[in-house]
Amino acid sequence: MAVADTHSTDDHHDDHHHHDHGEFIAHHFDGGAEQQFDSGKLGIWLFLVTEVLFFSGLFVAYVLYRSLHPEIFEQAHVFLDKWLGGLNTVVLLFSSLTMAWAVRCSQLERNKAVSFFVLITMICAAMFLGVKAIEYSHKWDMGILVRSAFDFHEGHPEPQTAIGQSLHISDYLVYLSVIPTILLVGFAVASVAFKVMGNQHQYAFWGCMAITVGGYFLGVVGGHIYMDVTDGGVGGHAQNAPVVLYAQEAEQDDGPVTAPDGTVPHESPEPPAAEEGDDAEAGDEDEGHEDDGHSHEEGDAHSHAGDESHAEGDHAHDESHVHHGPDPTKFHRDVGVFFSIYYCMTGLHAIHIIAGIIALAWILWRSLLGHWRKDYFGPVEYVGLYWHLVDLIWIFLFPMLYLID
Amino acid sequence: MADNAHDHDHEHGIGHPAPVKLLLGVFFALIVLTILTVVTAGQFPKPFGLWIAMAFATAKAALVMLFFMHMFWDKPFNILAFMSSLLFVALFIGMTLMDSSHYKVDQDSFPRGEDPVPVTTTDSGG
Repeated sequence: MAVADTHSTDDHHDDHHHHDHGEFIAHHFDGGAEQQFDSGKLGIWLFLVTEVLFFSGLFVAYVLYRSLHPEIFEQAHVFLDKWLGGLNTVVLLFSSLTMAWAVRCSQLERNKAVSFFVLITMICAAMFLGVKAIEYSHKWDMGILVRSAFDFHEGHPEPQTAIGQSLHISDYLVYLSVIPTILLVGFAVASVAFKVMGNQHQYAFWGCMAITVGGYFLGVVGGHIYMDVTDGGVGGHAQNAPVVLYAQEAEQDDGPVTAPDGTVPHESPEPPAAEEGDDAEAGDEDEGHEDDGHSHEEGDAHSHAGDESHAEGDHAHDESHVHHGPDPTKFHRDVGVFFSIYYCMTGLHAIHIIAGIIALAWILWRSLLGHWRKDYFGPVEYVGLYWHLVDLIWIFLFPMLYLID
Repeated sequence: MADNAHDHDHEHGIGHPAPVKLLLGVFFALIVLTILTVVTAGQFPKPFGLWIAMAFATAKAALVMLFFMHMFWDKPFNILAFMSSLLFVALFIGMTLMDSSHYKVDQDSFPRGEDPVPVTTTDSGG
């Protein structure tokens, strides 16, 4: 099939030399522009195959762990805000739209429009990272970390950094924003400098890069406003988590206590998992015993904690046991495994977003130079395919992580 | 297929510019599906919720692949290459899940199933 197609262009081969863009068609493609395009496209599809398989390792970890320990996922997902995740989904879908639009424009040789749509795509990508930074910093503040460091506690610590204090934001958010801030300043300075030097192309490119980084801060501000609106204060989405968890614990104890609207009688005021810090030193599994011991201190809800640790082995035997009710002991100890998986999946995805922004910057650079022609737009399409794959992966990550029922 | 692309081009261009209306239509369909996914989350009885959510996700993925990724107009070999990866992912997940029952015994007999061993590292917590 591919062979037939490439041969069919032989008739047109000579035409290419009449255009001024022959410079981008490599000599070794006897089939000319179309063969070059098709080769590159097959190459990028194969790369996407490796990407899918790359991510599939994490999907396997997710599926396997969820199938063995569904109760952990049911308890853990309350820490994730589905509206914030949904917002990021929409941002990413929109970026896919603008990317597809950019490809269309490149096929029609509208280089200015390509620059515009690629820029919008980059802004959306950075905005996604901004929202993610809000989510991450919020979780880190509350000790919602990977299994070995999981140390959940309610509320947020007072910010220590001067910026954190003056803006009332998490220290982690400040740390996460250091690099974007440096980039923003650097890009803006570069843009102005090139403007002064009269280099229009570089001026436009670095200006667009600065605007892109601005998208990150747009996401941060948007996410922060959302957190304020939904919680009316310092908290944010994960503040709802303890409500659910306390309600679950109370059910075992003395009936329903809370509505998940924020009015929490704090039955277990003690930070439940403070003793988790030492987990990194030993194997994951046998840590359970210490935690069981500790959870005895936390009140009546845990009076069966010891029993639970024995019963836990039975989870694997008897899956139905798992659904009888949330097991506070289980929550305190192993819910961090969900976040190990969560951070690996979303972290790897975020790295792909960053790589995508860099690739898109290359496309933007060349768009501003007006490189794309009817028979040479391959790079736009290839980067577009990669970008859509990143979107595809998020389309699956979102329900898997945020929408567990 | 690439042959289709030639019909639409004025010259010998090799691309198939997707109509703007189609792109916008796909985008709005994706948004609607996303909203449906979020709104219906947790509305279904236990085993179905996950599958319904994944069905929505698969529908969205199909839209993105067909139209944003131009699979609708792409060469069959490229589609075959990409789809084969999904086959192997299915094998990967399926085989691992089938295998997981084989070490349930090991899970159950793992130290945590026994009485607490005298580990005294808990003091460092905090």
